Amino acid sequence: MNKPIRILAVGCMVLFVALLGRATYVQYFHAGELTSLSAHPNNVRVRDAQYSRERGAIVVQGPDKRRAIAVSRKSHDQYKYLREYPEGREFAHITGYFSRDYGLMGIESSQNDVLSGNDSSLFLNRVIDLVDHQNPKGGSVTLTLNAAAQKAAFDGLKKLNQHVQGAVVALEPSTGRVLAMVSTPSYDPNRLASHHFDKVGKIKQHLLERDPSPLDNIAIETLVPPGSTFKIITTAAALASGKFTPKSQVPGASSMKLPLSSHILHNENNIPCGSGTVTLTVALERSCNVAFGTVGEKLGADRLKSMAHKFGFGETYFHDLDDSLTRQAQSRFPDNADAPQTVLAAIGQGDVAATPLQMAMVAAGIANHGTVMKPYLVDETLSPDLDVLSKTKPEALDGQPAVSPEVAREVTRMMVAVVDNGTGTPAQIPGIAVAGKTGTAQSAASRPPYAWFVSFAPAQNPQVAVAVLIQDAGVARDAISGSGLAAPTAKAVMEAVLNR
Amino acid sequence: MASRSPAASWRGFVHRRRRGAELVLLLMSLVVGIGAYAAVGLGAKGTVPSDIYGYGAWLVVLVVACHVVIRIRAPYADPILLPVVSALNGLGLAMIHRIDLTDVPAPQASTQLVWTTVGVALFIAVMFFLPDHRRLQAFTYTCGLAAIVLLLLPLVPGIGRNINGARIWIGLGSMSFQPGEAAKVLLVVAFAGYLVVHRDALALAGRRLLFIDLPRGRDLGPILAMWLISLAVLVFENDLGSSLLFFGIFLVMLYISTERPGWLAVGAVMFGTGAYLSYLFIGHVTERVQIWLDPFKYDSGYQVVQGLYGMAWGGLVGRGLGQGDPQITPFAYSDFIASSIGEELGLTGLMAVILLYGLIVERGLRTSLICRDNFGKLMAAGFAVVFALQVFVVIGGVIKLIPLTGLTTPFLSYGGSSLVANWVIIALLLRISDHARRPPPELVSPEDDDTQVVSAPHALRLPLRGGAEGRTTT
Repeated sequence: MNKPIRILAVGCMVLFVALLGRATYVQYFHAGELTSLSAHPNNVRVRDAQYSRERGAIVVQGPDKRRAIAVSRKSHDQYKYLREYPEGREFAHITGYFSRDYGLMGIESSQNDVLSGNDSSLFLNRVIDLVDHQNPKGGSVTLTLNAAAQKAAFDGLKKLNQHVQGAVVALEPSTGRVLAMVSTPSYDPNRLASHHFDKVGKIKQHLLERDPSPLDNIAIETLVPPGSTFKIITTAAALASGKFTPKSQVPGASSMKLPLSSHILHNENNIPCGSGTVTLTVALERSCNVAFGTVGEKLGADRLKSMAHKFGFGETYFHDLDDSLTRQAQSRFPDNADAPQTVLAAIGQGDVAATPLQMAMVAAGIANHGTVMKPYLVDETLSPDLDVLSKTKPEALDGQPAVSPEVAREVTRMMVAVVDNGTGTPAQIPGIAVAGKTGTAQSAASRPPYAWFVSFAPAQNPQVAVAVLIQDAGVARDAISGSGLAAPTAKAVMEAVLNR
Repeated sequence: MASRSPAASWRGFVHRRRRGAELVLLLMSLVVGIGAYAAVGLGAKGTVPSDIYGYGAWLVVLVVACHVVIRIRAPYADPILLPVVSALNGLGLAMIHRIDLTDVPAPQASTQLVWTTVGVALFIAVMFFLPDHRRLQAFTYTCGLAAIVLLLLPLVPGIGRNINGARIWIGLGSMSFQPGEAAKVLLVVAFAGYLVVHRDALALAGRRLLFIDLPRGRDLGPILAMWLISLAVLVFENDLGSSLLFFGIFLVMLYISTERPGWLAVGAVMFGTGAYLSYLFIGHVTERVQIWLDPFKYDSGYQVVQGLYGMAWGGLVGRGLGQGDPQITPFAYSDFIASSIGEELGLTGLMAVILLYGLIVERGLRTSLICRDNFGKLMAAGFAVVFALQVFVVIGGVIKLIPLTGLTTPFLSYGGSSLVANWVIIALLLRISDHARRPPPELVSPEDDDTQVVSAPHALRLPLRGGAEGRTTT
């Protein structure tokens, strides 16, 4: 009977080796994934450990020095540290929050490895902390945001109405750095990071149930028709095609019949743009729908679409705020648009839809001599000892330049005319040439139109490009216009960046 | 029959008693047990537990008592088994104490210490009242019957209890007991007794099919009966683990006694059929398999997921005793004690524990190899396989190697029935190993030695086994 016993011994060894192998897999090879909060947000051990760790700060550029918008302060309960957001509401959609029971959002989530100290680049720090018997500390993250611009954007929206629904994005045209990104309604992340856990649950529930949810980041998640601000792209396509110049004559009539359709396209308020024909420049100044509809029809859907895509439509280029709820929405230009759709698309209506971030990139692309840069929010990551771990390098979008520097210069000149003489006058800054474009986009008949304003300044040497979207400010329908609602905020943001 | 005759192993070689080595190892195992207990207090509360002296002294008393009894009653017994068991039991106590330091409701380590004492008492009783394991052969059918009665007890209305979904408990007043654990011991004894007698019939008749000697249809009776009993345990008591264990033990012992791999093939087919049918038709088996495939997808995978999180959180060296959060995992002190160890002692600790079990199995099989009588051989191998299967099934379930089944982790898990039964198994193994390692009785005169060795080894065994099952065929 010894032979089967020997065979059995080998069999038992196989079982034990399998156990050892599997244990090694779980506790070594697979452990990294299992203990990553982004992959397994329900891992309460990791969560509690990170929750009671001194987390790194999230920092922005203040007027003269850096300013923390998220910090860990000592607390005297079991978790040792409490996450605080000094200007909670203003930066809510940027910082996100760090909640024990409801996960991580925003930068807290996307940069969690550095902030919590788990990043591989912080390995040495962890070892040293282990040897010193200290709790590991997290590294900090420096954002590209300009605190003054962010404040101007937030205050600008709030000034319209406490419950305004809208967003502002400001970019540095030459790099793609996000200088301001605000979305309202906002929320107070302090209340979600609080250690009063039963209250946190109710607040989170309340935030999710509200429509629109304050947790949504309109600046990157909301797609609405860009309206007349899309005429910048139509203009760029027109000039790039060689068929038009800023002086080309276009129809100034107050209405036109859509091709293959009985619908009539009107100018805003049904006012003619001029007698007979007007120049393309004047058409942009006055934002004439009939003129640009005609231009769009002549260019064709393909030219418009490819121009829109060069500015970033149909692409995902922004990942700095990715978390379990948030993704950058892809702006879209309709596929296989027929003639009436093309006319509508040329004036930013119909099936065209864009995020505020996308429209800021359109302005920034024109401002940056035709080259659209990838927007980014995370400038540097730093170790607890403030050594730089990584620094983001500016990058252009694929397929740049979108337009040649000559075309960009001409579009700029036309946009300056919009602010100097046309619909964009509320954005004028004394002593500085501002280029801009208004937009008032219709959506469903049941809801008020969207007010847009996109601009950049100074026109000769642009430092900042802004897009402002007001979805709903609770004002009368005839008071809604890009120039009236959106332009003042854009102006305030540009002034803040230019130190005016 | 065997490639090397057992005679060769003891003719020129006499096992040393090695009691001194056992004592040294026992002292080391006490350092593990008591040290872990102290470390738990230090890690969780910052101070050594106040009852450390009483606790430590009691463990020392138990271990020394076992050692002394072995010196008196089984001086040649295997010196490794007891220290390994002592280390595992001590670690288990420390881990249970660790969970009851948290605010999660958990049983007291002191209760487990009482059960350990009962286990040790039974161990001593076996050592004293069973001078020769072969006496048990007389109780083959008694044991078998008792095992079946014990297995059926939980189904009896009134005393059967359904705890955590499995009807494997009986309650007497405030006490509850898992009769399956005792049945495990009795079944191994019964199988060994039965197979020793019937091995020839099971081994010799049959036909050959595809390189495998398949047994005759009429010999399939016992295995079929065992298969049905296992299925019944599964269906009526919802106890997947025990069902698998009982069938596995029987199959393995059948294979050892007959030396026919054909039985393994037949058993594997039956096991496969049973497993597949229960996967299809028994709801909680289906659920277990689904949880195994993707525990993160189901709410009911919570326990497995928390176990995995805990072990991953422990990593290579663990959080340190008292410094993890093993209590988050449900049943961190019993079914999932392996994940608690993985979390606080790391992969290193868990591997050490697995290797300790490996040592028990290896010592058991070694005892079986050198044992001179077939009954002892079968029993020792059966007990070794009980440990191997049980450890594989329960730890394998916790680390998601196989679907989770409810079995206790021997000596570590909280639970009196299991602890006591396992102490008895160790006592029986030591009893068999004492016989196996003892210098051979002077049955033959030295001048006859040569002729004896040349002849078949069974001849030698004849006098030992009272000539009951002499075989001339090999």
